[in-house]
Amino acid sequence: MKHRDITFAEAIREGLDQSMEKDPRVIVIGEGVPDPKAIFNTTAGLRDKYGNRRVFDMPLSENGMTGICIGAALSGLRPVMVHQRIDFALLAMDQLINNAAKWHYMFDGKASVPLVVRMIVGRGWGQGPQHSQSLQAMFAHAPGIKVIMPTTAYDAKGMLISAIEDNNPVLFIEHRLLHQIKDNVPEEYYRVPLGQAKVLHEGDAVTVAAFSYMAVEALVAAKALKSAMGIGIDVLDMRSVRPLDVASVLNSVRKTGQLIVADTASRTGSIAGELISQVSEQAFDALRTHPVRIACPDHPAPTSHFMTRHYYPGPQMIADEVLKMVGADKTSTNYRELCALMLHDGPHDAPNRGFTGPF
Amino acid sequence: MSHSSQLALLRSMLRIRRIEEAIADRYAEQEMRCPMHLCIGQEAIAVGVCAALSKGDSVFSNHRAHGHYLAKGGSLNAMVAELYGRSTGCCGGRGGSMHLIDLDAGFSGSTPIVGGTVPLAVGAAWASSLKQSEQVTVVFFGDGCFEEGVVHESMNFAKLHKLPVVFVCENNNFSVYTRLNERQPERPLYRVAEAHGLAAYTGNGNDVEEVLAISRKAVGLARQGQGPQFIELHAYRWREHCGPNFDDELNYRTAQEIKAGIHDCPIASYTRKLEKENGNIHLEIERCEAEIQREIAAAFEFALSSKKPSIDDSQGKVYA
Ligand SMILES: Cc1ncc(C[n+]2csc(CCOP(=O)(O)OP(=O)(O)O)c2C)c(N)n1
Repeated sequence: MKHRDITFAEAIREGLDQSMEKDPRVIVIGEGVPDPKAIFNTTAGLRDKYGNRRVFDMPLSENGMTGICIGAALSGLRPVMVHQRIDFALLAMDQLINNAAKWHYMFDGKASVPLVVRMIVGRGWGQGPQHSQSLQAMFAHAPGIKVIMPTTAYDAKGMLISAIEDNNPVLFIEHRLLHQIKDNVPEEYYRVPLGQAKVLHEGDAVTVAAFSYMAVEALVAAKALKSAMGIGIDVLDMRSVRPLDVASVLNSVRKTGQLIVADTASRTGSIAGELISQVSEQAFDALRTHPVRIACPDHPAPTSHFMTRHYYPGPQMIADEVLKMVGADKTSTNYRELCALMLHDGPHDAPNRGFTGPF
Repeated sequence: MSHSSQLALLRSMLRIRRIEEAIADRYAEQEMRCPMHLCIGQEAIAVGVCAALSKGDSVFSNHRAHGHYLAKGGSLNAMVAELYGRSTGCCGGRGGSMHLIDLDAGFSGSTPIVGGTVPLAVGAAWASSLKQSEQVTVVFFGDGCFEEGVVHESMNFAKLHKLPVVFVCENNNFSVYTRLNERQPERPLYRVAEAHGLAAYTGNGNDVEEVLAISRKAVGLARQGQGPQFIELHAYRWREHCGPNFDDELNYRTAQEIKAGIHDCPIASYTRKLEKENGNIHLEIERCEAEIQREIAAAFEFALSSKKPSIDDSQGKVYA
């Protein structure tokens, strides 16, 4: 197969395009979908190709429009809705939780809601308290909804296609800092199953189960730990919040005996806590140390860059927790090398030096 | 209207324009690290409406709040410091451009979730009605916000309880890059408010005296217990939806349209009007400009020399 690197954003665009091409029931709607910025270019060209009866902008009416999409989904369409910030989807909580999540169950399986809602998690450059929340656990609390968080461009395309083919409501959560990251993405239409974690890095010392952008950060930590300190860790990209692939984490924990869960959300009530409780229930005997959550602090994200500097956990925090678990020496020159390897390139509130937005 | 009142309106618009321009000029230095929605071109609405209010009245606003905040008397120093994320900012740096507050000035808060503050304004009016106070509450929002269900729920309750609230809809025809006609059927927005039972008005948002006249009437009626009022004002956003630049190259609006929008400049047209009525006011404008520039320079200096918050500053105040 031909190797081709494209960004996460391009992979989403291609996944949408191929889904629309394959299935005329697929429609795409959201604030800004056909506009010149095309939702960070993830919907670019779709209006031109599929016309204004399949690709829509929409009124600023998140709750009503979600209900309308649910109604259309009940009636044979496969809507893909998108919110530029997950925070805006809070306005649609009623429709998502009371209707979409329960329709199939409460009507004894007589109807289903094949709806995909893309939600983008903002971060960086002063997104602040109302534009950068990571609300996956809140949505995932409702049985009947699937919540997925792909990390790589390969998974973004394959999981989006699976989500569109799925007969259930699927929330497809995209971390904004992933959009520019490239990966090898096949040109053809392919599926990646929902609800399965993927091993990104292997080692015996500790298991790090990570969600979304935290999987990128965990991989940086894993590589640095290996090369600077010779410590090997398992990194699992969880990819899905509900269903949660506890089995894969158990597999790894039975080998390592130690678990760190890295989440993009704030700590209390996070999916990290849920994963740890399930592992503890099912494999308490396999754990040699207490599991650890790495998450954002329990307060809203401030806007000021002076205050966000330490708000988001990164590779350093992951590596330090690993070292604590394995009892490694933090005074050695190797440790200094480790830190140097993980140093962030560019301002702390941008993913790298080259990134100037839009945020 | 007296010459000095007219000059005060002009000065207030000019001040907002120059502050927004100063922010735009310095935004590229990447020290103000937060999303920013400038109100250049829409100053007459903020100024005309707030000129009809007294200090004890309350104003809520949205993401495009600088003009509303300044026209209501919000502290310039605290606003600029907030943009720079400093401890002396009106939110101590926690909010940035999209979250402004100055309770001393009666600016009750602005937030960027579209529609978020509209019911809060109705709640504030409800409280003043229950307390039998004189206060009127104003909420500024855009034509896009008019599509949020909560706006209509708010109007319904406001009418039901005859609350002293004035809804001010700034119709600039766009929600980000999307035109009104892609989002709403063709009918005047204010007529929808009328159907909710509100006293509704529409006017030229580029004409500060017209805005003031409508606002005086609406605020007066609200204060007298005549119930909620709705004002739709037409204006034009000159620059990009979010950010300091012009965005003509995106081609979502024609060069002709942009030219016409800028041609209707509320400040230039008011200056022409005052000159026609009062002769040459060149010197008075020059004096205003100089004062404003001094004030702006001092505000940026204040912000840049203010304390930078630390991680500790971000932690408290989650609960009252
Ligand atoms: C609930 C919600 N949906 C979407 C957005 C994204 N958004 C921010 S401003 C804006 C446009 C609002 O248009 P309008 O109300 O007309 O105000 P204008 O920007 O024109 O001043 C949009 C869609 C948001 N902040 N909140």
